[in-house]
Amino acid sequence: MALEGPNGAGKTSTLRMLAGLLSQAEGTIIFRDGDGTIVADGEERSRLVAWLGHQNGIKAQLSVAENADFFAKLFGAGGYAQIIQRVGLGELAELPAAYLSAGQMRRLALTRLVLSHRPLWLLDEPMASLDRSGRALATGLIEEHCASGGIAIVASHEPLSLASAKLVLGS
Amino acid sequence: MKNDRSRPAPSLANPKRFLEIVHVILPWVGTLAGLLLLGGFYWALFEVPPDYQQGESVRIMFVHVPAAWMSLFVYGLIAVSSFVGLVFAHPLADVAAKTAAPLGAVFTALALVTGSLWGKPMWGAYWVWDARLTSELILLLIYFGYIALWYAIEDPARAGRVAAVFALVGAVDLPIIHFSVNWWHSLHQPASVLRMGAPTMSAAYLWPLGIMALGYTVFFIWLWLLRIRTEVRKRRLRSILLQGSTG
Amino acid sequence: MTALWALVVRDVRLALRAGGGTLLAAAFFATVAALVPLGVGPDLQLLARIAGGVLWVAALLATLLTLDRLFQVDFEDGSLDVLALSPVTLEAICAAKMAAHWLTTGLPLILLAPVLALLFNMNTEAYGVLLLSLGIGTPALTAIGHIGAGITVSLKRGGLILSLLVLPLEVPIIIFGAAAVMNAADGGQTALLLLAAFSLGAVILSPFATAAAVRLNLGS
Repeated sequence: MALEGPNGAGKTSTLRMLAGLLSQAEGTIIFRDGDGTIVADGEERSRLVAWLGHQNGIKAQLSVAENADFFAKLFGAGGYAQIIQRVGLGELAELPAAYLSAGQMRRLALTRLVLSHRPLWLLDEPMASLDRSGRALATGLIEEHCASGGIAIVASHEPLSLASAKLVLGS
Repeated sequence: MKNDRSRPAPSLANPKRFLEIVHVILPWVGTLAGLLLLGGFYWALFEVPPDYQQGESVRIMFVHVPAAWMSLFVYGLIAVSSFVGLVFAHPLADVAAKTAAPLGAVFTALALVTGSLWGKPMWGAYWVWDARLTSELILLLIYFGYIALWYAIEDPARAGRVAAVFALVGAVDLPIIHFSVNWWHSLHQPASVLRMGAPTMSAAYLWPLGIMALGYTVFFIWLWLLRIRTEVRKRRLRSILLQGSTG
Repeated sequence: MTALWALVVRDVRLALRAGGGTLLAAAFFATVAALVPLGVGPDLQLLARIAGGVLWVAALLATLLTLDRLFQVDFEDGSLDVLALSPVTLEAICAAKMAAHWLTTGLPLILLAPVLALLFNMNTEAYGVLLLSLGIGTPALTAIGHIGAGITVSLKRGGLILSLLVLPLEVPIIIFGAAAVMNAADGGQTALLLLAAFSLGAVILSPFATAAAVRLNLGS
């Protein structure tokens, strides 16, 4: 699902609220599955969310491999070698993340989504600083995720081609 | 923290009602404070006989001791308000804590200065690291930190909650600090006869001391209510301005 | 558990790399300790008497330096969001960060202290107590500082106000820690016990207070 709207409309805040990073002033947020049973509400929601915000959450002083390794261990995934290859950073694995370009750092952040093995992806402007192949990569990852039963909510100020549903804020 | 907001707020919490109540009682509180303080001062300065040991300088006690009590009492109020604000999300709790802090700091500073002046004729120096005054000094630093937090964080709601955490941590630590300072003092001055004691309390001293303590308290309440009212008005103004700009 | 350990390892790595702060804290410790004799004069008897107090104050100040890195950097580069959404509770994350901080700030100070005690002509029987008191007390410095770091995480130049908040709260540590060393001759055991009690309480309670402060700062 695409979350569209101009800057300042509240896309980031909405995503943060869904993730549980921001408290809503009123109301409740509940996750239900296909037949309506409640899957999670309150603090457990965070356990179902894979987050990609404006910032990458990458440590510049650690190498690409060390960053990915940390994500893998943090979320209890298996190995990270495959996903590193997939995002095109295989050769740069030993390089400190500080030497990466902005687009490469974004790709590294994308690995976290896959490594976290969580059903709901919340992405805030994921295509930022990605070149054409990077965008194709991100789109591919999102498509695969949704095809295997996951959900992705993507905030973007440009329209997304693969969105099956759309919510426009700030109109 | 997810708070249950379905509980109805008590009447004082509703700022409009609160402001109405304050408007009515404020003059009375102020008058009472004035009477108590004037009466207490007069009694302390003129009626109470001078102490056989300390002479006239014992009169400073009537300014110093209530100030020291208030410094702790106000911090206690801040701690309670902080707790209420964090756990029950009472809307006025933040404001109560924020506005009380500078008042508490002033009482602490007053206690320090008068304590120092009181000590000079007895000890020969303005500051001898007496245990209680040292504790007051640390309390003053904690007040400064608390007030600085409020200034440093821009969003008032967040500032209130974070400052509340600090106030509660401080409240837990304060008895420990007090104990450790006493321990430290006894360690380094084992034969200390330099205790800042009030002279054995005869009724002649207790009454004016009580009046002064009461006067300080009522005066504090008067100032506190004033400051709360100002703060509530400030916030209303701020929210009106904010709403106006996004219209 | 692997997740927590991975976090400790990550934070230790970050602290040890360039701009991480470990060397900085150690260097600051040494500098402060070296400045005091320059200030009070090279009277060896005087220095021997004040050694415990000076080293403790220097250790406390040095610990303050690396405190704001605990959360600040993670807050700024988005890592704190990632951690908040991880399978590990925020309290556990705080405990892990505390451990990493002590390993990279407290431990170096403990190792450096005997060398600096030489500069002060400290009595030989006090060396053991110095190490012991620092070993018991530096975790408390980390613990209390941690709470301050959680409180000031969203502040840009939070380091200064962090110090103002944390220093008064750490007074008991200084008092007990320094007293233990200064009274090493007659055992100083009471001081060590009091220090241990405070340290234990601080270390246990700190993750909860810190997590609460971080949550409030994040807005959740």
